[in-house]
This record gives sequence, C-alpha cells and structure tokens, in this order.
Amino acid sequence: MSDELRELYQEVILEHGKNPRNFHASDAATKEARGNNPLCGDQLVVYLTLDDGGNVADASFLGKGCAISMASASMMTEILKGRSPNEAKSLFDTFHEMCTGEGEGIDLPEDVEKLRVLSGVREFPTRVKCATLPWHTMVAALNDEEEISTE
Amino acid sequence: MSRNPATSGAPAYDIDAIRADFPILSRTMHDKPLAFLDSAASAQKPRQVIDAVRDVYEREYANVHRGLYQISEAVTARYEGTRETIRQFINAAHTHEIIFTRNGTESINLVAYGFGRHFLDEGDEVIITELEHHANIVPWQMLRDEKGIVLKVAPVSDDGELIMSAFEELLGPKTKLVAVAHMSNVLGTVLPVEEITRKAHAVGAKVLLDGCQSVTHIPVDVQALGCDFYVFSGHKLYGPSGIGVLYGREEVLNAMPPFMGGGDMISSVTFEKTTWAKLPHKFEAGTPAIAQAIGLGAAIDYVNGIGLDAIATHEADLLNYATQKLASIDGLRIIGTAPNKASVVSFMLDFAHPHDVATIIDRAGVAVRAGHHCAQPLMDRMDVPATVRASIGLYNDRSDIDALVAALGDVQELFG
Repeated sequence: MSDELRELYQEVILEHGKNPRNFHASDAATKEARGNNPLCGDQLVVYLTLDDGGNVADASFLGKGCAISMASASMMTEILKGRSPNEAKSLFDTFHEMCTGEGEGIDLPEDVEKLRVLSGVREFPTRVKCATLPWHTMVAALNDEEEISTE
Repeated sequence: MSRNPATSGAPAYDIDAIRADFPILSRTMHDKPLAFLDSAASAQKPRQVIDAVRDVYEREYANVHRGLYQISEAVTARYEGTRETIRQFINAAHTHEIIFTRNGTESINLVAYGFGRHFLDEGDEVIITELEHHANIVPWQMLRDEKGIVLKVAPVSDDGELIMSAFEELLGPKTKLVAVAHMSNVLGTVLPVEEITRKAHAVGAKVLLDGCQSVTHIPVDVQALGCDFYVFSGHKLYGPSGIGVLYGREEVLNAMPPFMGGGDMISSVTFEKTTWAKLPHKFEAGTPAIAQAIGLGAAIDYVNGIGLDAIATHEADLLNYATQKLASIDGLRIIGTAPNKASVVSFMLDFAHPHDVATIIDRAGVAVRAGHHCAQPLMDRMDVPATVRASIGLYNDRSDIDALVAALGDVQELFG
C-alpha cells in the first residue's frame, strides 16, 4: 500500500470517521445550512448556536459521507466552539489553503494544529472537496445561506 | 482492415487478442497494471475505432451532405453507411429511423421535447421505474413542470427487479408513454422489456427503452421488442464520445416536430416559411459529429466481429466469478441480486465508505466507480448512500477481478 494512502488515512482520521464527535441535530441552533457534493452524493447539515456575544457556543452536524468528510466535520465542530464568525471564516481560509496545496507547510495556529492530519488530501485532488465540504457548509450557515454545493 | 479479432486466434473467446486491440489496457495506473472495471460509465476504445477516427481526419474529412467534391461525397457515404450499420445492429426496419444525437441523454430529451411536448397534455401519464438513470428521470420532470403531466414510478423489489404487478397497476387509459431502462446501470438488472412494451401498448401508450447499458451486452431487435423508441450512446459501446443514437419508429418520428432548427434539417427556407427535411435529417440540425459517427460504425463492426452472443457468454462467466469472489469477503454486501442481470456488480463494505474504497483501490491500479451513479432515487430505494460499482466490458478477464479483490484487502487492512 502506498505511503500517500497511509498519510491520507491516518489513525486519527479513521477514528473520527468511525466515531464522529458532535454528531447530532440541534433544536437550539441559531444557524444551519445543508451542504451537498453532487459529484458523490455526500450530504451533511451543520448546526451552529451563537451566543449573545455572537460567538459559536455550540456546533454539531449530521450527514453521511466518507471517512474524510466525516472526520473533517467532526474535527471542525470541536474546533469552532468559542470562536467568532470572523475567526471561523478565517480558519476556513487557512484550512482550504492547506487542503489544496497552496499552503504547503502552512503555519496552523497551535490550537488547531490537529487539523494537519487532513493535509494528506493534497495528494488526492478528487478528495479535497470531501475535506472542505463541512467547512463550506459552516461558512454558508454563518452567511445565512440555506444550502451550498461544492460544484 | 481486419475487424474480426476473434477469428484470428483460437476458436474460443480469444481474450488475449481482444485485450491487445485496446491500447490503453497496456498502460499502468500508479505503476500497477490497469484493471479497468468502469466500462458502464464509459468503455475503452479498440485500435480499430481509433484508426477509423484518425483515418477520417487524415484522409477523408469534409463536411457531410453539402460538398460537391470527392472527399465530401466519400465521407458522407461513410457517415450514412454507419446509419445502415446501426440499423442492422438493432434490426430497425428502416435506415432513416436511426437519428444521430450527442448521447443517450440527448436522445431522451429529443423524445421529451418532440414527442412529449407535442403530444402530451395536462393529466397525461408517463411511467418510469425506480431504477432509472437521472437522464430518464429529469427530462420527464421538466415536462411535468411545463405541461402538467403526471409522472408515475414503478417500484423495484429488494433484489432490484421490477415488480411487474405494480407496474401493471400503474398502466391505464391516461398512460401515454412508458420510459424504462433495458438494463440498470447500478444493479445490472435486465428488465423484461418485451413484456413491458406489450403491456404498455395494450393501453395505447408509446414505449421508450433506454439501452445505454444493454446494447453492449444483449443483442437488440427493436422490431421484435416492438418499442417505439430505443436510445443508446456510442461511448459505452467502445465508440467515441459525442455520438448517440435515437431509434424511433418511422410513423412516430414523422409525426414529431423537429428538435432543433438550423442547417441540414430543412427542405427549403424563406423568411416566411421553412419546410422540414425528411427523416432522419429533420432531427439532425447543424454539422453532426462526423468522425465520431464513423468511429461508432467501426465500434459496431468490432463488436459484431466478436459477436454479441460470445461477448455475453464471456461477460456472464466473469460476472459470476466476480460475484462469487466478492460475496466471500466479510462485510461485503452486493446491491442488486436479480436473477436476470448483466455485467455490473454494485456493493457496499460495512467498514468503509464507497469513496474511500475507490481511492484506496485506485492506488492498486483498479478503476471502479463509486457514488450514486446518476441514480439517486434508486440509492434511496435501496437505502444506501452510495455504492462501489465494478462493471465488466468485453476486454475484462479474471485478472481484473482478482486485482479488485486483492485491492479490497488493502481497504480491509486500513479500515477493518
């Protein structure tokens, strides 16, 4: 088996893929959006609850997809809590750069360093959207868009 | 030019000679021999097709139906000769019942537009099945939204077979068209289209059969089937992309208005009035896909040279082998287990998502499709988000299946 494959499917990803965190709908959510990847049929819904100060108090998701998209969504919901919408969007930009290879060797803030395990998708262009779909969906929710598509 | 590889070697199915006809099969993918198991999406091309296309461009290219010079006349004869090759291939009564399109999708849209829009009114019913490709769903939904027709969907069983009694219950005096796949692109199910056609005709409905998957595996006789329309694409039949076929019964095609307006489809044009060309040109506006059509003719010659019966026997044996091998893998479930199926095996692994499977086995040189296969309603019906689909073409052999099974071991190693 190739090194790229082992790099892509690291233990952390497989573990998040099997046991995604924050994997539930939320009645209390103040923002939510649906993300579709029409190429493969992956769908997920991201739920965000903003507190009075406008920061993310809670984040969760539901959906079906591959190990990459599930792990990415799972890690994203863990990381979003306590962040402002602007911080969340800026994190998306950093994450996107890392996944598309434009930001190879990119510096990740220490508290989100664990996202680096997803950087293996760089070697798999058809799978980049699997990793970024949850993030696109999160940004759509913050922008009050109901639905986004990666195509 | 020899177009008969099967007779050049042993009398039996000479798989080595056939594989040698397909240049791409000798390449590697990620430094591994290519195991191409995605012919249901688009098939590879034999040298005979590639040569025919190149020959057109190198030696005999001009526009068709217009030139008053030797090359144009020669290429027109080859282009129109392909129409006759196709007529024989599906045993249509007349050469002018063969309409060239870009692909199967365009063929169905042509019928939705020319037949559906013109002859169907509010409340009229079109019946499809749960196992249709999006190409045989969406044009009818668009017609429903525009004309107020009613779209009815005949269910399939858990095995992926059409439930004939339920289909019959949908038939009635308002049924104007039954549009069904001859063979499922996801499950491999071969539908009893002769019976479907007979029952649809009994209530006065027209019948469209989507033959995109079936023409490569099953000898088709449109007169014996009795269907009004039969559609397929060239690229799944080992021909070029960009060329498709609509067969329509003469009487029905004559009653339909043109699909698109332009050059080649007219008899005479003034600013006051235009008269249409006769069949088949009425439906072929503009410069057609000339080399692609001629390439499709070469592809059909190639398939005929081997013989569809011999191909079907070879593929059935391989499907059987693949089914047995795959079924013995722990945690693997085959989706689509109809007794009458051909050349396609869809499956799920309970420990890995289809996309992860496809990515991992790609690195082992195995090309499959993973996803919803342009049949999302069928995915919902079978209660799966996606499947891995291995599909078999005339050039596959057991080594391709063995490569797939071995590569699934890598998936197990990572995910199991």
